[in-house]
Amino acid sequence: MKERYLPILATVGVFVVAYAIGGVAFRNFLSTTVLGNMLTDNAFIIIAAIGTTFVILSGGIDLSVGSMIGFVGVAMARLDTLGWHPLESGLLLIAFGTLFGAFQGFIIDFCEIQPFIITLAGLFLLRGSCFMVTLDSLPIQHPFIGVFSDWHIALGGGGRLSASALVMLFMLAVAVAIAHFTRFGTNVYAIGGDRASAQLMGVPIRRTTVMIYALGGFYSALGGVVYALYTASGYPLQAVGDELDAIAAVVLGGTLLTGGVGLVAGTLFGGLIQGLITTMIDFQGSLNSWWAKIFIGILLFVFIVTQRTIMRSFMLRRAA
Amino acid sequence: MEHADRLPAAARPPSRLGDLAGRKWFWPVVALGLILLVDAFVSRGFFSIGIVQGRLYGSLIDVLYRGTPIALVALGMAVVIGTKGIDLSVGAVVAIVGAVMTYLIHQDMAAPWVLILTLATGALCGLWNGLLVAVLDIQPIIATLILMVTGRGIALMIDAGLIVTFRSDFFSAISTGQVFTVPSRILVCAGTFVLLWLFLRRTSLGLFVESVGGNAAAADLAGIDARLVKIGAYMLSGLCSGLAGVLICGDIRGSDSNNAGLFIELDAILAVVIGGGSLAGGRFYLGFTVIGVLIIQTLTTSILYSGVPPEYNMIVKGVVVLIVLLLGSRRFRDRVFGVFRRGAA
Repeated sequence: MKERYLPILATVGVFVVAYAIGGVAFRNFLSTTVLGNMLTDNAFIIIAAIGTTFVILSGGIDLSVGSMIGFVGVAMARLDTLGWHPLESGLLLIAFGTLFGAFQGFIIDFCEIQPFIITLAGLFLLRGSCFMVTLDSLPIQHPFIGVFSDWHIALGGGGRLSASALVMLFMLAVAVAIAHFTRFGTNVYAIGGDRASAQLMGVPIRRTTVMIYALGGFYSALGGVVYALYTASGYPLQAVGDELDAIAAVVLGGTLLTGGVGLVAGTLFGGLIQGLITTMIDFQGSLNSWWAKIFIGILLFVFIVTQRTIMRSFMLRRAA
Repeated sequence: MEHADRLPAAARPPSRLGDLAGRKWFWPVVALGLILLVDAFVSRGFFSIGIVQGRLYGSLIDVLYRGTPIALVALGMAVVIGTKGIDLSVGAVVAIVGAVMTYLIHQDMAAPWVLILTLATGALCGLWNGLLVAVLDIQPIIATLILMVTGRGIALMIDAGLIVTFRSDFFSAISTGQVFTVPSRILVCAGTFVLLWLFLRRTSLGLFVESVGGNAAAADLAGIDARLVKIGAYMLSGLCSGLAGVLICGDIRGSDSNNAGLFIELDAILAVVIGGGSLAGGRFYLGFTVIGVLIIQTLTTSILYSGVPPEYNMIVKGVVVLIVLLLGSRRFRDRVFGVFRRGAA
């Protein structure tokens, strides 16, 4: 078995075990309804996390994700009051997100400033822009919202695969194709593995870095569009701190923050593990808000340690 | 063609200004100076300092006063970043410490004991982070994320979900009191800085931190216990955040677990980086970190005083931080100013 599939196998293993535990502990947990809801509720964060995966694979990090989702939301809501169709404003904002990401990538490479800091400035800029668009929660009232939320594919057993979930799965497939079947994807892994060697081998560092962060901006803006359509509103404090959820999804999905190691598909399961945690807390039903926070932290800890242990035991067996 | 640019700095023809611009302290200090210069034009009386009711009063004093919690957190953060780590949990530690402190005060415990136990709580939080990073080998950003998420939950649990207030002359004196007209919290912060500086720079401990951050494996081979150094760094960060928590909660005379120290980790990390610290580890500067804090706090206070609507706060902050970072980047200066230089020649 190839070493690169180890982390994702560990992730999927942890996910299946946790899902089974949920099934034993709660009635109706193993239904397609729960699965469908989990895919729908977490679609936006998984979409954003897919973009973050590329950034992290290249050894970088993107902290502007949550602010981007928030900004796209308020901008779409504002354009809605001006009579724009959500699809038009969505496309415009996705273009904006891609350009903003490209700009971040350019500065990171051109000025050799750490991505953590540049995207932190990006976080401030985008969140600041949210407050300039509106200070209140704005509804999106275009009839397309209803069409989007009603449209679905029946899963059988009462479950629904919603439009949000379908967009997420489709964009995941696109991302997998980019990561594993294009020269750009190979370059991302090369830069993340060893930047200096990649440069010596002729990988165009500048162009690739710009494209990586552009892709990150594209996916987080798309996540923002899906979120705005899903909640039918924009609020300047929406998705505060969601960049950390996205990063956690990527890491739980088996991608190393040091870069060069990981699979895009793992991020789906990383995001779903987080979704599973919140679903379990919902099913439990009687947890105080503070216990919910503590519980999420504990589960995050348990998942990470379990995943590490599984990977280590495999490594040891290989070494022996 | 461009070979002159690629020569190492020592081989370039010496120039006074270029020499100055290459110094580590130059750009942060210039940035701070520029912000103050803008203030001189925008807000009247920004630089006046007087004594009102027996204490120093003025915008500049206000900057120092409000900057102390961030400065304390940033000093601990600088050391953690020096070991190639990062501590996202500092805001949550502030909340936990505030809740513990409030709880202990309500148990009628003597104030000095409350202070000691409260700071010990901060160090304990740091120990937890350190164990995750150094022993379990979890990446720092994720390891400290766990406490960041859990911490506010723990603090809310201690407070039973409420904002609990207290009365304590001792803690009010530390946080909002004054000694010979100087606000006491500024003295607390200055004292911490001097202690840290003596502790890290007058011994070889600071060098240990930097060597672990630069190359942990090499440091280990050189006989430095990298694990111990990392755990120590996170405990120090926890301790500093704890002290910041004491100041913040002493100020509002209560524990607000949802909001105490919210987003302080972002300001602290920015301060460290503006002060020349590298997130890639291997170097940290206590003094420049304080300058970084002054830049951020002066900016925040200036925006407040200049009468710009508060919703513009974040975007102005983002733009200024971006400019400071660009000026601080050697590559950016060489490329952009290099164009002018060639054009003039």
